[in-house]
Amino acid sequence: MTLEEFVKAFAAEFDETPEDQFKADTEYKSLEEWGSLTALSIIAVAMEGFGKKITGADLRACNTIEDLYNLIQTK
Amino acid sequence: MTGASSGIGRGIAVACAKMGAKVVLNGRNVERMNETLSMLDGKGHMVISSDLSKQDGINYLVSRCPDINGLVHSAGVPSIRGVKHIDRSLIEEIININDIAPILLTSALLKQKKLHKKSSIVFVASVSGVFVGNIGEASYSASKGALSGFVKSAAVELAAQGTRVNTICPGVVETRLLNLSNEMFSEDQLKETMLGRYPLKRFGKPEDIAYGAVYLLSDASSWVTGINLLIDGGYCL
Repeated sequence: MTLEEFVKAFAAEFDETPEDQFKADTEYKSLEEWGSLTALSIIAVAMEGFGKKITGADLRACNTIEDLYNLIQTK
Repeated sequence: MTGASSGIGRGIAVACAKMGAKVVLNGRNVERMNETLSMLDGKGHMVISSDLSKQDGINYLVSRCPDINGLVHSAGVPSIRGVKHIDRSLIEEIININDIAPILLTSALLKQKKLHKKSSIVFVASVSGVFVGNIGEASYSASKGALSGFVKSAAVELAAQGTRVNTICPGVVETRLLNLSNEMFSEDQLKETMLGRYPLKRFGKPEDIAYGAVYLLSDASSWVTGINLLIDGGYCL
């Protein structure tokens, strides 16, 4: 999965936030819709897209979608 | 006693031994079960290690298990996954470990007449799926709710031989907290967001659940069958 595809998959997990608000440098924790349910979904996206297990701690440690993408690559 | 290698299962084993029971411990991790064994008062306890997620593991336990008066199903797996991300392998794993294994073990022990008449069978369920629901816990809730359903009919059927069948439904117990926090939240976050939902102002301890199991296993509850015993610090209020 490329960074671009990851951003798209990330955006698809949100129901209220328009897709065009999601860029590689989007600070996802500042999104109004960010919460426990979306966090759970992103953990699942990492598992489905990369076969990698990320945790709540990983999500807290990163700021942008790209940070998270890079972190997943190191797993 | 299944799931005896840690957490609630270990707590129940310790409490039962303290009350004079001879305990048969089952789990996958031999080292940790031996740790549990070393914590038990009294003599005559035994360890039978097997993997109950496989039929061979159930057969092995049943073939080596002596006759018993009580059976506690404490083995289980937690799961946190949003509804739209539940897939076949996830739901099959959870149902296999949380439902199919304890149900088939119960069935086999009864068939082999290893459970004495007037026995007591206890399933460790959860507040989730029996009393409440939480975000990300739908598949886990499905598995625990299924236990509650099984218990109701089994209680009616086994009453003929005086055997009682019940569940215990714990709220969040400190041991499980660690699993949750690794998956999703930091421990501080958990305490901040969840502790406020417990009127008694703390999470459960394994012994809180163990005392409930001792009650359900003992003659003190000889007129109690088919119930979900809620032990939750007031969480469901």
